[in-house]
Amino acid sequence: MTFAVELAYWQTTTIKVLVVLGVIPVAAIVLGYVFLLKMMSHMQSRLGPMEAGPHGTLQLVADGLKFIQKEDIFPDRSDRFVFGLAPVVVLMSTFLLYIVIPAGPRLVVEDLDTGVFFALAVSSLSVLGVLMAGWSSANKYSLIGALRAAGQLIAYELPLVLAVVGVVMQAGTMSLQGIVRAQSEGEIFGIGFLGNPFIFTQFVGFAVFLLAAQAELSQTPFDMPVAESELVAGFMTEYTGFRFLFFFMSEFGSAFALSAIGATLFLGGWHFPGIGGSLADVTGPLVLGAKVMLVAFFIFWFRFTFPRLREDQLQAVAWKYLIPISLANILVTGVLKVLF
Amino acid sequence: MKALTTLIAMSGFLREYLTVLVFGAAAVAMVGAMLGAGSLLRPKRAQLQKYISYESGVDPVGTGWSQSQIRYYLFGLLFVMFEVETVFIFPWAVRLEDLGLFGLVEMVVFIAILALGLLYAWRKGVLRWM
Repeated sequence: MTFAVELAYWQTTTIKVLVVLGVIPVAAIVLGYVFLLKMMSHMQSRLGPMEAGPHGTLQLVADGLKFIQKEDIFPDRSDRFVFGLAPVVVLMSTFLLYIVIPAGPRLVVEDLDTGVFFALAVSSLSVLGVLMAGWSSANKYSLIGALRAAGQLIAYELPLVLAVVGVVMQAGTMSLQGIVRAQSEGEIFGIGFLGNPFIFTQFVGFAVFLLAAQAELSQTPFDMPVAESELVAGFMTEYTGFRFLFFFMSEFGSAFALSAIGATLFLGGWHFPGIGGSLADVTGPLVLGAKVMLVAFFIFWFRFTFPRLREDQLQAVAWKYLIPISLANILVTGVLKVLF
Repeated sequence: MKALTTLIAMSGFLREYLTVLVFGAAAVAMVGAMLGAGSLLRPKRAQLQKYISYESGVDPVGTGWSQSQIRYYLFGLLFVMFEVETVFIFPWAVRLEDLGLFGLVEMVVFIAILALGLLYAWRKGVLRWM
């Protein structure tokens, strides 16, 4: 089945841009409300926001309205140009992540051949923005926060990338659509009705991916860059109003995007057993959404459970455990793939 | 002329990355639009005290760009080395099916050398917090 109307390139691109423009704030608000506000409160035996909207659902919208009214302050000593540019760089990194995430057989902005690779490359752009923000603020808290962030993000970049290699080996492609197809057509020991979600064969990779994603998103136990009890707000200390909101949006937008990439790589993405063809274009977003919420649930559960690590422990976890484990995972996967 | 035909043959590939460019521009446009809308709504009352760097309520001491001990320096070096080599693993991972046993042995050697490098750095105490 094809669409009756053929759209020109600029028309489809405009639609895609508008959809993604809508998805990012909604994703940020949903994750922020469901997990950050409500799940955390209930796990800590309190109610959380209850006043704005039914059960506090409009709290984040109200927060956004509040941010609009805040004065836009550039500190005297700051490097104004870089200070203004930093949130744009961080937000752009989030925005570009959404290009490769498939939500259905045809529902993807651009199915790049280098899909996963592109996503990982783009997600590490945010380090630049964070360093720019911390340095240009001319504030000691910001500077320390930015240096911590840079050290942390580059340390966990490696396990994140290496964990993905196992999936790429199994699927034989880097395109995210190709990876979903490989999972939906695969079979486990001859049983084909479930497909073959790579979480079964790449469980080690999945665990490393989740831990590294946690650190890449600077969620507690890895939240030293913004540790509020030590650094006020880390690299965001000097930001006010909308510019601060951009960092917030990017944090939760990236959390959603990385969860979606994790769900696509390891849980089968938009594929649901038994649904194929053009029907999958309808159910795809829902199935992917449910899987994303599942992955995000684990990330936030972890966040609310463990206290912050020390800076040296953080580096030790990445270099002494995660990287050797993921290298071993690549070798084992390679041997099994070639032998069987 | 030859260049032109290659360009046309590549146009599908290039178009994919044109979309990437469009999305980058859209992100900038969104930030611009939001800040523009904000500037119509938000107050602007200049007071000198507002523009002082925040240092927990006390007047800031010295410059914000103070020297700080960069403990991450060696980690940064280590990262550059590993990341570049990780990039080589990806094309191999995609083509593993065709490369077969030969490719596997090559990669075992490659990763063994990589792991040896990490072990060396570990033994040298680079991974210890100084």
